[in-house]
Amino acid sequence: MSMARILPSRGNVMTIELQSGIRDSLPVIVGVVPFGLACGIMGITIGMTPLETVLMSALVFAGASQFVAMTMLGAGPAGWGLIVLTTLLINLRHLLMGASLAPYMNRLPVPMQALLAFGMVDETYALTIDRVRQKGYHPGYQLGCNLSFYIAWVASTAVGVFMGERIADPLAWGLDFAMPAMFLALLMPRLMDRTGGLVCILAAVVSVVGAMYLPGKWYIIIACLAASAAGGLLEGKNDAKQ
Amino acid sequence: MMLNNEILLIIAGMAAATFFTRFACLALFSRNGVPEWMGKWLKHVPTAILTALIAPALLLPQGSLDISTGNHYLLAGCVAAATAYKSRSVIATMTLGLAVMFALRWLNI
Repeated sequence: MSMARILPSRGNVMTIELQSGIRDSLPVIVGVVPFGLACGIMGITIGMTPLETVLMSALVFAGASQFVAMTMLGAGPAGWGLIVLTTLLINLRHLLMGASLAPYMNRLPVPMQALLAFGMVDETYALTIDRVRQKGYHPGYQLGCNLSFYIAWVASTAVGVFMGERIADPLAWGLDFAMPAMFLALLMPRLMDRTGGLVCILAAVVSVVGAMYLPGKWYIIIACLAASAAGGLLEGKNDAKQ
Repeated sequence: MMLNNEILLIIAGMAAATFFTRFACLALFSRNGVPEWMGKWLKHVPTAILTALIAPALLLPQGSLDISTGNHYLLAGCVAAATAYKSRSVIATMTLGLAVMFALRWLNI
């Protein structure tokens, strides 16, 4: 047996990581499909053509801002600037996710970084950063997650478009619970040290109060900034004591 | 007509805005890396952001604070959290959590 067979080549590692990302994404896609269906149905309902609705999912690939934009379009003529600005605000949380992955991704070629950034949504970020916690970062794993979610999102939007208004709202089944359930499983192992627990409590309080009183998705950004900064400060203090 | 220019421009603008938010920080740090003080802070971003996505989804499923046994998301969330703590498995957590969710919906409690 040649050495090449025993030692996995770089190409093989990439394939293995890609497959492992896809495998880990499969159960979680259950939570995304109902949103994709709802997105397709909504596009048709507000008068977009099937092609436009699917194109939006394929190019924007950001569920929350697509729902908001379609709501604005459905409510009557909405300005380009207002919709784009709202999209920007809703997705500001990705700046924080990008920053948290930057230390691992900045060694990759820039086009690869751009490709991986295009597919960075809440779920793929959560899976990727969990893999970092367990085994370290690998771009193949991230690509596998991104690909699975992208295909699921675009395909389920297309199915929603063709089912149109003929089916009931898929979100009424409670399937949207799949997302917080998945996030819980990825969050729990991070709470085993004191700082992690405190960051979680602070983020929970700020996000809940924020969701009650702030417009849009500001609660995510503010809770994340406040709690992660507090975590960083706490850690700094502990280091000083030791 | 299959496509209308105004919608196409909106889609293009949204795509650009979204990509900007996902790529800006990577581009910013790609040459010199992330400063050390910031790395300490960024370490806690996953915990903070996961919590900020979960807590309102469970406590305010309809947009207003709902701490009652009528809130299926909160009940199923407690089961999912306990499962996640015990099993550390995404599949087990989602299966049990969704099973409780469907049971609550079906029984219409």
